[in-house]
Amino acid sequence: MEMSRLFVIFLSAMLVNNFVLSRFLGICPFLGVSRKLDTATGMSLAVIFVMTVASVITWFLNQLLLLMDIPFMRTIVFILVIATLVQFIEILLKKVSPSLYEALGIYLPLITTNCAILGLAILNVQQEYTLMETIFHSIGAGAGFAIALIIFATIRERMDLYEMPESFKGLAGALVTAGLLSMSFMGFQGLVRL
Amino acid sequence: MTDKRRMIIRQGLFEQNPVFMQALGMCPALATTTSAVNAIGMGVATTCVLVMSNVVISIIKKLIPEKVRIPAYIVVIASFVTMIDMLMHGFIYELWKTLGLFIPLIVVNCLILGRAESFASKNSTGLAFLDGLFMGMGFTGALFILGSVREILGNGSFFGMQFSEVKLFAFVLPPGAYLALGLLAAFFTFVSGKLSKSSKKKD
Repeated sequence: MEMSRLFVIFLSAMLVNNFVLSRFLGICPFLGVSRKLDTATGMSLAVIFVMTVASVITWFLNQLLLLMDIPFMRTIVFILVIATLVQFIEILLKKVSPSLYEALGIYLPLITTNCAILGLAILNVQQEYTLMETIFHSIGAGAGFAIALIIFATIRERMDLYEMPESFKGLAGALVTAGLLSMSFMGFQGLVRL
Repeated sequence: MTDKRRMIIRQGLFEQNPVFMQALGMCPALATTTSAVNAIGMGVATTCVLVMSNVVISIIKKLIPEKVRIPAYIVVIASFVTMIDMLMHGFIYELWKTLGLFIPLIVVNCLILGRAESFASKNSTGLAFLDGLFMGMGFTGALFILGSVREILGNGSFFGMQFSEVKLFAFVLPPGAYLALGLLAAFFTFVSGKLSKSSKKKD
């Protein structure tokens, strides 16, 4: 029972309620770093990592806020913790694993203003998930972000090779493509029910 | 001085329109524009936060040490977002409920931090106020256009008034948000391209 519920939460965050394509969280990196496949992969890995760590920490912090009876401080506390955490991870990675830092380094500062991280933290609180559920939900959300970003980057790499009307070059074309991608993800609706 | 003011107004509304020209604040622009009313609600809430944070940051700009300026800006913005969140919860509960997650997420709207960093921290309070107001209005206007298009096409209504039975329901669903914004962006690029060509011919 417990295991299957965790799996359903994971699957629903990854495919059915995909963060980018149906919840509209994390659009900036989705449009910004999707021009090349390898940058998209780097960004995805960084996001999965930060998302999981950030939501575990914010889960504990939320318990603390509830204990102190000041839930309205949530937004301020969460965003500050996320900003600090990202800085901290950056410093830690530089020391511990220079090769990983090399791969993810430039994407880390961008993540602070990525609304998917704060959005995920707040969603976890709103859904009143337990710690285990929070972890599965975060990994699912990160994986969903990665899938959407990598598919989109692959499409955009090929789109560069074709002729497009002048007005659709750049942002407009990318948005229409994302629309079609989002339409195909609608097919996952009804896959799981929570 | 008046010239600078006029430039701020024109840039906020058209030349540097946050959504169509700079592609800032795309998450709320796509997520909350299911109807014209929701779009205006989100736009006005964002404008309030933007104006207040711009004013406060331009006042305290000399007190903030250079190295911690971004966290300091974030704290200012987050405080105002919390205020707006509580006010909306108290006075317009229905709208607060539909906008939901996206009200606390005004904190991470790149538009607000962007204006704080690139404008409010370098200019006087009066100009920062004006910049916040008109950037916010440009944002609200863009959201209103997108929200109206999606409501008219997807639901056959405008501001909740039903006038047509033709409903392309896809425009209310997530894919419709991307498609509608994509097509609108293409349209505006096309029109501004035509306009700049014709003004060149006149010269």
